[in-house]
Amino acid sequence: MTVTRKIAVTVNGLRREAEVPVRLTLADLLRKKFELTGTHLGCEHGVCGACTVLFDGVSVRACLMLAVQADNHAIETVEGLAAADAPLNDLQQAFSDKHALQCGFCTPGILMTLTEFLRDNPVVSEEDIKIAISGNICRCTGYQPIVEAAMQVVKARQGNPS
Amino acid sequence: MTAKVVGLRVPRLEDRSLLTGRARFVEDIGLPDTLEAAFLRSPHAHAQVRKIDVQAALQVPGVHAVYTMADLRPHLTSDRLVVALPSATIKRSLDRPVLAYDEVCYVGEPIAVVIADDRYIAEDAMALVEVDYDPLPAAVDCRDAVKADAPRAHTNAPDNVVAEFNLKFGDVASAFDGAAAVFKESLRPMRGGSHSMECRGVIANYEVATDQLTVWSSTQTPHSALRLLADLLGRDEGHVRVITPDVGGGFGPKLVFYSEELVTAFAAIALRRPVKWIEDRREHFLSTTQEREQYWDVEIAADNDGRVRGVRGAMVHDHGAYTARGVNVAFEAAQTLTMPYDVPACDLHVRLAVTNKVPVTPVRGAGQPQGVFIMERLLDRVALEMKLDRAEVRARNLIRPEQMPYSKPFKTRGGVPVVIDSGDYPQCQAKALAAASWQDFPQRQAEARAQGRLLGIGIANFVEMTGRGPYEPATVRINTSGKIHVSSSAAAMGQGTKTMLAQIVAEQLGGDMSHIVVTTGDTATSATGFGGFGSRQTVTAGSSAHAAAVKVRDKVLAVAGQLLEVSHQDLEIVGNEIRLKGAAGLKVTFAEVVKASMGTAGFYLPGGLPPGMEATEHVVINDMTYANGTEVATVEVDPDTGAVTILDIVIVHDCGKAINPTIVEGQVIGGVVHGIGNALFEQMLYNDDGQPLTTTLAEYLLPTSTETPRIRVLHHESPTPLNPLGAKGVGEAGVLPTAAAVVSAIENALGQYAVTIRQSPVSPSDIVALIAAARTEPAASAIIDACRPGR
Ligand code: FES
Ligand code: FES
Repeated sequence: MTVTRKIAVTVNGLRREAEVPVRLTLADLLRKKFELTGTHLGCEHGVCGACTVLFDGVSVRACLMLAVQADNHAIETVEGLAAADAPLNDLQQAFSDKHALQCGFCTPGILMTLTEFLRDNPVVSEEDIKIAISGNICRCTGYQPIVEAAMQVVKARQGNPS
Repeated sequence: MTAKVVGLRVPRLEDRSLLTGRARFVEDIGLPDTLEAAFLRSPHAHAQVRKIDVQAALQVPGVHAVYTMADLRPHLTSDRLVVALPSATIKRSLDRPVLAYDEVCYVGEPIAVVIADDRYIAEDAMALVEVDYDPLPAAVDCRDAVKADAPRAHTNAPDNVVAEFNLKFGDVASAFDGAAAVFKESLRPMRGGSHSMECRGVIANYEVATDQLTVWSSTQTPHSALRLLADLLGRDEGHVRVITPDVGGGFGPKLVFYSEELVTAFAAIALRRPVKWIEDRREHFLSTTQEREQYWDVEIAADNDGRVRGVRGAMVHDHGAYTARGVNVAFEAAQTLTMPYDVPACDLHVRLAVTNKVPVTPVRGAGQPQGVFIMERLLDRVALEMKLDRAEVRARNLIRPEQMPYSKPFKTRGGVPVVIDSGDYPQCQAKALAAASWQDFPQRQAEARAQGRLLGIGIANFVEMTGRGPYEPATVRINTSGKIHVSSSAAAMGQGTKTMLAQIVAEQLGGDMSHIVVTTGDTATSATGFGGFGSRQTVTAGSSAHAAAVKVRDKVLAVAGQLLEVSHQDLEIVGNEIRLKGAAGLKVTFAEVVKASMGTAGFYLPGGLPPGMEATEHVVINDMTYANGTEVATVEVDPDTGAVTILDIVIVHDCGKAINPTIVEGQVIGGVVHGIGNALFEQMLYNDDGQPLTTTLAEYLLPTSTETPRIRVLHHESPTPLNPLGAKGVGEAGVLPTAAAVVSAIENALGQYAVTIRQSPVSPSDIVALIAAARTEPAASAIIDACRPGR
């Protein structure tokens, strides 16, 4: 029989409760129970980074965590970056400006990785950004425009828009 | 004056929903009461299936059904998925079974499906399906498979050669007899995958009340999926609809129709519940089509000055276990060989070998990267042996602009003569050489060498077959709200197709993209179409959208002229208004014009024109248009570790008129990085029993950001005369020359060791082994057999 637990998780600032099978992954909790389908699954074995979310502010792979581990923790997903009718945030806008997404499937994971990285490292080089996103696979863009988008944000946040 | 939108770097329509997590990929579509499917797959490369017992699986709580072929057979018109592209060269039909029943022919072949409340339960139950297999010997390596005594990939087949053909033109015998030099090579591109970041997936819903089947599939070809679903389920096409939601990359394999799409649809009908199947990455390695593995034994004949007199040889192509899509990969690999060059004679014998591995169909490039790799390796050999500059050898052989249009002495697989319509190949090469400072490279190489660093430079030219016809429809309609709706059977999978169509339509209709709404890949919006593959949609759907927009524009102006009582020639469209030129006050809006054109009961239609503001066009262009380019790669190689660092890549490409240069650059760069994977990393490995060895992204390596250099893209624009936009395709451009250019650069860096690289990809351990072999045996002719495990 499937064992379940009651959990409470803060997702993008909202406290949510759910009764979940103990084997449910964090990714499936977000996608299926909470209908936050912006978090994508590209491999389900921890390599591609598409499922990256922030767990108490730190990037994790939602495919490799269980929902029950998120009990009493705070999760941030791509849906939290800009409200449905709000303007894009600076990083999202930079992605659009630099054509840093094509199919967009990898994009939420890369946005979350960079959200954490640029928050913690306001002054960085292109090389630093490449290393920061080296755990996220993108098959479409060749990464170059993603690095350019991140650099645009770095410069703008320092007050020199590129 | 029409506002200019075509050719501008406008922002993409697609971006906002993708950036905010509000896009809808197939896995994101949630219908109430959806059941989830898991497929049981063969663990054997080749085996007889004696018995399948599903009883235990059916007992698992939450399981709704377990189907094998025996359950499906009474409800389907055929046991097999019939091949999309027939060819006279195919000797016997090897269509895939819907679900394997008496024999399994590759690891990963679907054999049963479990439908349950969720995927977790479905996989629990799948583990309880018992299959009694009798393993059989497997044909794994395609070169071994064509031998007379090889194990048969299919038990009852007389041999493993499923198709065979020659590509022959010119007087090959005298080309070789009269040559100053002849060089022979054995070359080997290896098997890889497409690995779109979104795997395949499908959700099917059946509405009893309307007898309507709706299937959302992550497919590149919704119309062919519709036809196969209708045919196999014995339903009228009018009662089936296929929709492609947001698609997370295609790169070829998603153009194929798969069993999972049919079986999921069948289950939705049978169970009267929505059913969803989402492929996981492991399944993608085991069951989504792959490409590139070939063995080439070829020779090239040259004059003293390096002019190529002819090429000849044989190629064995790994076709995989079934014919999932004709012979086109092998066919196009062979045709690509001489494409950019003025080669007078050629004779290639091509055999397609069936193996007990995942079926082979196009992966970004569709055989063309192999053709480029072979030819460029041969030209490097000519240059090296004849002591000529590698770029100079190419310059002497490239088709010259004054030879355009240049008729190749062969036809496409569809029987259309191959006529290269336009382009300036020497100019593209010259630009690339200048941008990469090719002339100064020996000096830079010597300086680096003095510091103990090994640098190398490599070059490759390519011609990309694009815009495969005959047509792709598009409809342009202005609604009474004034919004312009564009719909096309074209399928979007990340290439900015919607933006492309919107730009082309906006160019004719006011120039404001914010008034335009685009629908792609929905069979409900067009009765016919093909979809996205072969770098074709800007050429085909773009031309249709252009023609439809021009028609609607003419009608808008005619009706507006009636309403304003002026000549339509004095009007212009700006944003969503039609104005009298030079008289700002006199104007009507799209909404007013459309409402007027709808007519009023009992009154004449304005201008006596038919009602509404809508046009559908199917611009037919049979001839393909040929894009081209030159790539120069600079690398550094560490001879101790075999590590390769790509320092620079310059690619000059010509896709004719670029509708959106930013999107074009994105396509080129993405393709180049796929090519870096083919040059250095990507290899689908099997052991001698046909067991796949690379089934995770930790074992099969895709390029990541840290391996990717800055790629410099330079445009050269030779508009094609074949379509009104002047556009050629670009989706595959970057991948074509990259493995060839990078491998050429690695070989150049290792010049002191005199190694010859005959394969792609080439791994660090391959490089170390090549150097070791060269040290012990200076001729270094040993081919590293990288297909074997444990390298
Ligand atoms: S889906 Fe989690 S890392 Fe790939
Ligand atoms: S944009 Fe398609 S995988 Fe990154």
